[in-house]
Amino acid sequence: MSQDYLVASAVLTNDAGMHARPSVKLTQLARSFTANIEVATDSAGPWVDAKSPVKLMRFRAPQGATLWLRAAGEDAQRALDEVLALVAGNFGEGAHG
Amino acid sequence: MAEIVFSGIPASKGLALGYIWRPATGAACGEATQGDAALTGGDADALRKAIATAIGDLSQLEGTLSGEEAEIVGMQLAFLSDDELARPAFEAIEAGQSAVAAWTEVMNAEIATYEVSDDEYFRARAIDFQDIRDRVLAALTGVQSGVLQVPRGAILLASDLRPSQFLSARWGAGCGIALTDGSPTSHVAMLARGRGLPMVVGLAGELRDLEGPALLDGTTGILVSGPGAERLAEGKARLEADSAARKQSAALAGEPALSRNGVRVAIHATIADPAELDGLDPSHFDGIGLVRTELFLDKLEKLMDEETQFATYRRILTWADGKPVTVRTLDAGGDKPIKGYTAVNEANPFLGIRGIRLSLRQPEVFRVQLRALARAAAYGKLRIMLPMVTLPDEITTARELLDAEITALAAAGVDHGRPALGIMVEVPAVAITPERFDADFYSIGSNDLVQYTCAVSRDEAGVAHLGSAIDPSVLALIARVVEHGRATGREVSLCGDAGSDPRMVPHFLAAGLRSLSVQHGLGGAVKATIAGLDLVDHRAGQA
Repeated sequence: MSQDYLVASAVLTNDAGMHARPSVKLTQLARSFTANIEVATDSAGPWVDAKSPVKLMRFRAPQGATLWLRAAGEDAQRALDEVLALVAGNFGEGAHG
Repeated sequence: MAEIVFSGIPASKGLALGYIWRPATGAACGEATQGDAALTGGDADALRKAIATAIGDLSQLEGTLSGEEAEIVGMQLAFLSDDELARPAFEAIEAGQSAVAAWTEVMNAEIATYEVSDDEYFRARAIDFQDIRDRVLAALTGVQSGVLQVPRGAILLASDLRPSQFLSARWGAGCGIALTDGSPTSHVAMLARGRGLPMVVGLAGELRDLEGPALLDGTTGILVSGPGAERLAEGKARLEADSAARKQSAALAGEPALSRNGVRVAIHATIADPAELDGLDPSHFDGIGLVRTELFLDKLEKLMDEETQFATYRRILTWADGKPVTVRTLDAGGDKPIKGYTAVNEANPFLGIRGIRLSLRQPEVFRVQLRALARAAAYGKLRIMLPMVTLPDEITTARELLDAEITALAAAGVDHGRPALGIMVEVPAVAITPERFDADFYSIGSNDLVQYTCAVSRDEAGVAHLGSAIDPSVLALIARVVEHGRATGREVSLCGDAGSDPRMVPHFLAAGLRSLSVQHGLGGAVKATIAGLDLVDHRAGQA
């Protein structure tokens, strides 16, 4: 079965990158959507399930890395928008000065 | 007994005077043997039940906590609830391994990938996964490790400590934590800072047979075995002074900062977000010493939105009610990228296109901010500060851009003012020859000045000890700028994090500074420090 994915990307600007707290926050948000959401650190993949914090942490994505997102399903656009907003907002953490 | 001093890395400040105390070795690690799992439905079932038990225990623990502490347990819960974590273990069981062996091997492999990470932050996560591994192993083998009861005055000495151990422990008064491994970025370090427990990590030396009286200094990062009478007396005095200082700083927060001999020091507040002004009393400060605009202008479309910027600046000026407000123009780049605006793929972003370098390269973006600032200047005493200035020309060009915006506003009949234009002193090139830089005022950016003077990365704990805002070289640079300011009648202040550190403040004042911008919660503590000092009165000397 082929799916049409919506794709977006964002740069990780929070201090420590895709560490434990951001991974958990992202997966909690992703789970609130029915869409199939996947994450990669390269536009060519590999893509992993955005609803698994263990898989997200395995990227070891540092600050400054680009996070690629793709989603398919009925609420895919809203899912992408909200996940991008979470990343852009530094996962609700203060950035340091 | 002679004193022995062991050095480590400070992880949570404060002092503990007591004795070495070792927790009983946890039974959960190591040679775990399997219980009767195999008899009651097989290894896969046993592992499934053990994980469910561990999740139940963690949920219960989470329910007794709040805030950051609950969040750390919540993270462990999220990882343990993710089927992906145990999936390889169930595969190994399918292939004939026992539950204990499969879970241990799979988790050890996961932990190993964290331990070898180049990134200190990810390395520090290994202990979280060890914590998860051992909690499930305990459930699997039926061997539970007990709750730590840390007695009063105990300095807990161990190789490392798990977040769950920390959180379930009963901590007596005056305890401390001394670890031979560990990291200042670990969750346990975060928890210790939250509870105000002194903690030192990475202690090196022969600590195995250590016992008896000890002193732990989480501020300097040392453990002293058998401290001498002099050191003990000093430590007691410090503990008493700390508690007295806390009371004094609360009392002084609303007063102007005066030294013991009556010299006035200006204390400004540093803010990153205008929302911080809610609940902040303007009468407690002499003004706003630094507004970090890059924290609310974190997207290109916000940078281009003059009206929202204007409203933000005006709001801060209204709050300040006639007191000076110093707004730093966008300081993006370095560790603060903005998508579509800052340079990408710089080999060394801290030495690359950041601060004013970036603003001058993109004048169409910079102009929007200057225009919003000039308009806001109609509502109070606004001062503009340029970050990362390296060459005198950069001030000239910025001033020309500002003048052009002011002329255009005047021609269009728009309300505006003419803000003073000053610079941050962060690059040693400026601090060594400040007289080349024709700015209305100077503000020492201590974080970057240390980074560039001592060649110490701001983000790497391993080199942190090599640089400090009170390094004699940095203080000499500060004194040079102060001297220039005094000779030409221009204000020199300091707006880095170090200005809020009571240990550093006396050195800055001795170097001649009489104006500091502090994290707003620390105004009282800084004022209390100043109240204990005698300062040279430069004004009297000039008169």
